[in-house]
Amino acid sequence: MKESYDVIVIGAGPAGSTSARLAAEGGAKVLMLEKDREVGIPVRCGEAVGDVGIKKVIELKDEWIANRVGGVRLIAPDGTIVAVHHQGVGFILDRKRFDYDLAMMAANAGVKIVTKAYVYDLIKNNSAATGVKLNHLGKNYTIKAKIVIGADGIESRVGRWAGLKTNLKLKDIEPCVQMTVSNIKLERQYCDFYFSCELAPGGYVWVFPKNENTANIGLGIAGEFAQKKSALAYLNEFMEEKFPDASVLTTVAGGVACAPYMEEIVTDGLMLVGDAAHQTNPISGGGIVLGMMAAKIAGRVAAEAIKENNVSEKRLSKYSVEWDKVGENNHRRAYRLKEVVYKLTDDNLNKTAASIMKKPEEKRTVINIFKTALIKHPKLIPDIIKVFFG
Amino acid sequence: MIIIKNDLCDFCGTCVAVCPADAIELFEARLVIDQEKCTDCLNCVKVCPFEVLEVKP
Repeated sequence: MKESYDVIVIGAGPAGSTSARLAAEGGAKVLMLEKDREVGIPVRCGEAVGDVGIKKVIELKDEWIANRVGGVRLIAPDGTIVAVHHQGVGFILDRKRFDYDLAMMAANAGVKIVTKAYVYDLIKNNSAATGVKLNHLGKNYTIKAKIVIGADGIESRVGRWAGLKTNLKLKDIEPCVQMTVSNIKLERQYCDFYFSCELAPGGYVWVFPKNENTANIGLGIAGEFAQKKSALAYLNEFMEEKFPDASVLTTVAGGVACAPYMEEIVTDGLMLVGDAAHQTNPISGGGIVLGMMAAKIAGRVAAEAIKENNVSEKRLSKYSVEWDKVGENNHRRAYRLKEVVYKLTDDNLNKTAASIMKKPEEKRTVINIFKTALIKHPKLIPDIIKVFFG
Repeated sequence: MIIIKNDLCDFCGTCVAVCPADAIELFEARLVIDQEKCTDCLNCVKVCPFEVLEVKP
């Protein structure tokens, strides 16, 4: 590590590695710091992405894909299975490989990466970020930077140190638990979603197959409901009922922001990307594509700002302005939907499934399901259409 | 006072995200609460996916 860099990126997830790579490709000297011992581990993620979205942000390599998925099944509280006809396919990624390779690509673009680097404070000159303090293998270092990019995840403290509001209300976070399990029987072409207040209040259970016998099975619940029973307790009950013979390979916990659009993600000398900037879809909880999209803009803007020798909030807000155009409207619509969808009762969900099953198969689309579920909220119908069809 | 059962913790950071007082620090495999900053709002206790946090009178 040198004493100073143009850009320091904190966190080596997909958003961190992508912003670091883009900044380096634009000519900046970049240092990326990761607190864990290895990039890509642990995987706190269901690993599912839509093909349309992911192809917008990166050219996919075969070795990153664990499974190709052709359909989605929504399962109502009474067990009614609605197979959804839809638009395109999806992938279950191998995030260990994916994250590792994204970091490698950043490294090959000239980014210096240090793991086991724990950042414990931001250096500031008045309100401007001018570097970080970190501990690496027991030694403290102070390293200067013209720009700090916080890609430090849901638990982001970089933003807080800079005076940005990254902390979440209980109602805007979903505590999640996921098990990667084997010795189960699956139809690997389907991603299954279980909706029910008993199984996962204010959230859903996902079953994402990695092959015929292995899947990521997890759930998220609304933060407000978590105080009575933990996410782990909910998942244990689900597994006992549906997959009693499963062998658990990994269990991970994690939080997902299902939050209002975060407006302030830039300040003097500092930008936030990915989960740290709450760039996750408030309905699905998906954040890989959104985080990488934002990170590409942030990395490019960082490199431009370095060249112009102007890292003021005004200059860096080219990132947030550009990101607003890409992400803001859809995020706000999805949040409006989330607030209503997560209050649906089991009875409501069952009735929705029953009336959808009366429709011919080709009409069982995600959009029609939402329309039926939200029939008492006609004002939301334009939101539904735009959330799912841009 | 909030007690952390560090041996049960997965170090996922969900509690850090909901702490309004910035009182929780997450290391690679260690979670620490700054009791002076803590306002006893119990957000972290409620949200923990693994029931790692506990209130001790």
